[in-house]
Amino acid sequence: MRGVGKERFTVVGQPLPKIDAWAKVTGETRFADDLSLPRMAYGKLLRSPHPHALIRRVDTGRARALPGVYGVLTGLDLPRVKFGILPVSQDEEALCTEKVRMVGDAVAAVAAVDEETAERATELIDVEYEVLPPLMSIEDALGRPEVRIHEYGDGPNVHKAVSLEFGDVESAFARADLVREDVFYFEGNTHLPMEQHSALALWGPDGKLTLWSSTQTPHYVHRLLGQILDVPPAHIRVIATPNGGGFGGKLDPFAHEIAACKLSQVTGRPVKITLTREEVFYVHRGRHPVLMWVRTGVTRQGEILGMHFRTWLDGGAYGSYGVASTFYTGALQTVTYRVPAYKFEGARIFTNKPPCGPKRGHGTPQPRFALECHLDKIAGELGLDPADMRRRILAEPFTKTANHLTVTTIGLGECIDRVVLASGWRDKVGQLPPGRGIGIACSSYLTGAGSAIYWNDMPHSGVVLRADRSGGVAVLCGAIDVGQGSDSILAYLVAEVLGIDPKDIRVHAADTDLTPVDLGSYSSRVTLMCGNAAIQAAERLRGLLLGAVAAKLGVAAEALAARGRRIGLADDPDRSVSFAEAVVLAESIHGVLAVPGSYAPPKRAGKYKGGGVGPSPCYSYTACVVELEVDRETGGVRIDDVWIAHDVGRALNPLLVEGQVEGSVYMGIGEALMEEQVFRKGLHKAPSLLEYKSPTTLETPEIHTILVETDDPEGPFGAKEAGQGPLLPVIPAIANAVHDAIGVRIDEVPITPDKILTGLRRKREGKPARVGPERLPRFTFPPPRIVESAFGQPADGVAPRPFQGGEEGRP
Amino acid sequence: MLRLPPFTYRGARTVGDALTYLGDAGPDTMLVAGGTDLYPNLKRRQFEPKVLVGLSGIRELDGVRGSADAGFVIGALTTLRRVAEHPGLRAAFPALGTAAGLVSSPQLRNMGTIGGNVCVDTRCNYYNQTQQWRKAIGFCLKKDGDICLVAPGSPRCWAVSSSDTAPVLWSLGATARLCGPEGERLVPVAALFQDDGIAYLAKRPDEILTELRLPPAAGTRCAYLKLRRRGSFDFPVLGVAVALQMEGGVVRAATIVLGAVASQPREAPAAAALLAGQRLTPELIAAVAVAAARPSKPLDNTDFTHPYRKQMTRIFVARALRRLAGLPESPRDEEEVA
Amino acid sequence: MPKTLLRLSVNGEDHDLAAAPHKTLLEVLREEMGLTGTKHGCELGECGTCTVLVDGRPVLSCLALPIELEGRAITTVEGLAGAGRLHPLQQAFAELGAAQCGYCTPGILLTARALLADNPRPTRQEIREALAGNLCRCTGYTKILDAVELAALRSAGGA
Repeated sequence: MRGVGKERFTVVGQPLPKIDAWAKVTGETRFADDLSLPRMAYGKLLRSPHPHALIRRVDTGRARALPGVYGVLTGLDLPRVKFGILPVSQDEEALCTEKVRMVGDAVAAVAAVDEETAERATELIDVEYEVLPPLMSIEDALGRPEVRIHEYGDGPNVHKAVSLEFGDVESAFARADLVREDVFYFEGNTHLPMEQHSALALWGPDGKLTLWSSTQTPHYVHRLLGQILDVPPAHIRVIATPNGGGFGGKLDPFAHEIAACKLSQVTGRPVKITLTREEVFYVHRGRHPVLMWVRTGVTRQGEILGMHFRTWLDGGAYGSYGVASTFYTGALQTVTYRVPAYKFEGARIFTNKPPCGPKRGHGTPQPRFALECHLDKIAGELGLDPADMRRRILAEPFTKTANHLTVTTIGLGECIDRVVLASGWRDKVGQLPPGRGIGIACSSYLTGAGSAIYWNDMPHSGVVLRADRSGGVAVLCGAIDVGQGSDSILAYLVAEVLGIDPKDIRVHAADTDLTPVDLGSYSSRVTLMCGNAAIQAAERLRGLLLGAVAAKLGVAAEALAARGRRIGLADDPDRSVSFAEAVVLAESIHGVLAVPGSYAPPKRAGKYKGGGVGPSPCYSYTACVVELEVDRETGGVRIDDVWIAHDVGRALNPLLVEGQVEGSVYMGIGEALMEEQVFRKGLHKAPSLLEYKSPTTLETPEIHTILVETDDPEGPFGAKEAGQGPLLPVIPAIANAVHDAIGVRIDEVPITPDKILTGLRRKREGKPARVGPERLPRFTFPPPRIVESAFGQPADGVAPRPFQGGEEGRP
Repeated sequence: MLRLPPFTYRGARTVGDALTYLGDAGPDTMLVAGGTDLYPNLKRRQFEPKVLVGLSGIRELDGVRGSADAGFVIGALTTLRRVAEHPGLRAAFPALGTAAGLVSSPQLRNMGTIGGNVCVDTRCNYYNQTQQWRKAIGFCLKKDGDICLVAPGSPRCWAVSSSDTAPVLWSLGATARLCGPEGERLVPVAALFQDDGIAYLAKRPDEILTELRLPPAAGTRCAYLKLRRRGSFDFPVLGVAVALQMEGGVVRAATIVLGAVASQPREAPAAAALLAGQRLTPELIAAVAVAAARPSKPLDNTDFTHPYRKQMTRIFVARALRRLAGLPESPRDEEEVA
Repeated sequence: MPKTLLRLSVNGEDHDLAAAPHKTLLEVLREEMGLTGTKHGCELGECGTCTVLVDGRPVLSCLALPIELEGRAITTVEGLAGAGRLHPLQQAFAELGAAQCGYCTPGILLTARALLADNPRPTRQEIREALAGNLCRCTGYTKILDAVELAALRSAGGA
């Protein structure tokens, strides 16, 4: 980072307000449903009341005849192309034509003068169904192979089955002092962003389409619309609106987006469709319910010799990101601790429920819960302190894991030390009065997926900077801010490099007509990937400015610095020009000052099928201690304090990092104690904000956040992710603390009061003091693909980034 | 967004107005006060009235009068927040303030009224769902269907009484003033309900609940405990209201009323009788709690499992009594203190 | 359904408009008056997102009928700032990162304003209780509580 000494940051590391904070506290931010256009119609989807049925007939005649109705669509009005976010799972239709696979599948769409009329019209659409047996659980789906939800996959109702072995796990077990097996279950839950999804489409008279949508992935929506609508992709513009929370729930292309586009075409009006809260539960793509089995062989000191992990995912009705989710349930176990030999088997099963997908931590919170509880039990069996044991077995920085993931910096040791100290762990563990408990867990997470969803050699993120003669700089970037502050991070990084104030920068985001592609706000990739692209662009711009100023002042460009909105000799303020003057000088030489920056992650995918899921430029690390009280009469859990230390590489803005950590802790607490997405008689049991239990201020404890910096060579100024990883250890830390409090293992989340009472009763009766799954599905995994373990190999050096081009100016 | 169905709104300024409007419009008319119960139900099409008679403009029904010595009269339109914060009420009948202050959220308590909470519609997680959801499952007895989805063999509806304040008012011996076309009558709150999820109110449809009257407070000690998942928003899935008439350290009379375990508040008279003439010892409390749990018969139609709600009845009754006896919350705490 | 003429006082200004009686305050603010700062998360009174103030008290605009609110002072987030000057709560929320996605923020700001009007120096527990009817999925509430404390401190002249 030539010119910006890390010890001399002026913007980075400051607790600055977000650049959009003012708009957000005044209500000025325009979310998708806040938009309206002249002549706008309101759209509504008709959704299936059956979990599994064939569509025999759809008659829209009565709906079309209703006054105020502008247009009615069925799937037959759309090109008959199935789609899905992953190329391997093209199994969705915006409006189902032959079959519905869940309650909530869309079968028709209406645009009308107002929402009430649109809704009434949907009720006038006559659909004749032939009901099929619903398969509502993994057991149902595997037990009735004659009933098929989809015709594709790795077996009847098996979407994906994977099996990988890195090194000889059985011989590791044979050498172990202790081999332990455990079974865990993680119930499904959903993202529950406060903003319901909304999309506004305008198919103009010129035949060009504009879609405003609360999506986390405008690029993928753009790409998909181009594939499934009869309009050239070049004539489609997707503008992502600020997301009122996403958490992974706005990452797929959705029926309402596609329907709004088509309805706009057929009605000649702008059409807006905003989902109801209940529909958001059907759209879902949230946390998979996962059943897990783990066997680990360890030495007396807790050193892991080998691990075998199995997962069964209840995928719901469609593929979505499910293949990736399946691999993720096995990918990151090896990144935290030393695991020389590792075997993973996973299967995703189709069921007649809303499809699961990526929720904060995508596929990794479930195995992390299992792994960290399993390790606690191992520590207990070996008589080791669970914090000390973990501390001793940490993965080595700058090495490869058994499954060929390259890890760079690891701040986990410091994270453990800091939470142990801050929480008073040593005076508390095993020593608190009955009913009070303390627990620890650790985790790691990706800083951006190393592979794109579709294979290509292009950048994953792009930024264009345009310097204005006024001294202002516009940042154009395809990423959408979902509340985490990505727009602000772009402004801080550019301001840092150019020596100007973040306020001098305007960020224009997520408009496929104007901004270079960013793949989307998922996998904790935006700060790292957009950030590196922004730094590259800013350095190029800086080079042009410095060159022009150097010519003017008659000095060498290398002698110049950009600070405090001036460019000039660092030690002679008289020989400098304002930033605005520098722009004029440079523009006079080069013409328009618009420079790109690009980023693609290092190509480090393991050379095996499935090796593309798990690699990341770098991994964040977290350690968490929870102290809580269990009411032994009611089974209620009250969390008093959470201490959490997070290796964020570098806190580009500590306020924002803390906010991400705190939000992750909150969401983890909800998942650990109360959030669950459950079904009854084929229907979502409680698709409402009242009955889907999201913690309030009263259930959220004081959160003590500690930031650890490791200055990772892959990150922008050393930064790693913060938005997802800190959720992971919270759930097992709670489970471990509950065990410390009452001596009962709840091997299943959510940890509800009745499960706790059941465990206490079993303990009193002298039975195993455990509540959790008792049996595993009958399922034969495919024979494992045998891959040599890469454990302990040195990491490849930091690769030169692609798209670097010349050092100065345009590539 | 979810929207209300169309209706004609007639805002009353006096009880007389309201009775007239109610009489004018016929059976498709409903009363609305704070709207916090009715409007969500209308948005889910659980009711489809043509006319709403709005009570919120009736100033005479808003406010609390009286004293601990004379008893209190609470206008039915008094907001839950005002009931919860009324210093005189809080001092005399703390359980009522507690119950009112535990209803839903602060915002809702600024809107919702005590009369509305007493008359709150019974709830069931097969019923408090949107019309599309209910249609998908095949509708239920309480609206549009012909079976009870909780107890399919049953001829009646088992929706759950979900008022926080009704069990407390019942336990305190409160009476309700009902005004109808033929004049007014006073009925004990205990007689205001019946055990049917649909016809849960014994009030006639042409009557308006105008006041709740509390007797003099002398010698009364009371408590209310509420079971729910979160400290806000959630309806009770078990409520325990206990009122004791004390003379010195001796219980002269006791009333224990359970909320949210039946279609009406459910009294536990056998348990209460064990207390009469007795001192509140830990042993007696434990025995009373066991007896009080017997009438608790929750079904699987709310949050939490119904066996858990049943099990908690005993714990919550014991805790309420222990609180009134000045004992630590749970016997276990006592052991640990000792 | 015929519309009714209404005069509503919103953010200190009288507005004459026509709306059907079953239109909630939420719908009228957003769709008739263009005041989209008031958000919605469930429209059933289960999240607090749509909170506005009526005569200074936080209420759920999704369950309030404008026809019952004539003559009452309605305040939305658009009315929180004074001329050219943010309310101390807005300032504190912006400075401390208390708004992440910002969707629940308007409702929380208004609820907090009512709290500080009643209780200028609330304890942290009192703030938690006052905000217990506003769901936020982003922040874990921590920075929200911090911001309300900071605004209270500043309003009291403490900083």
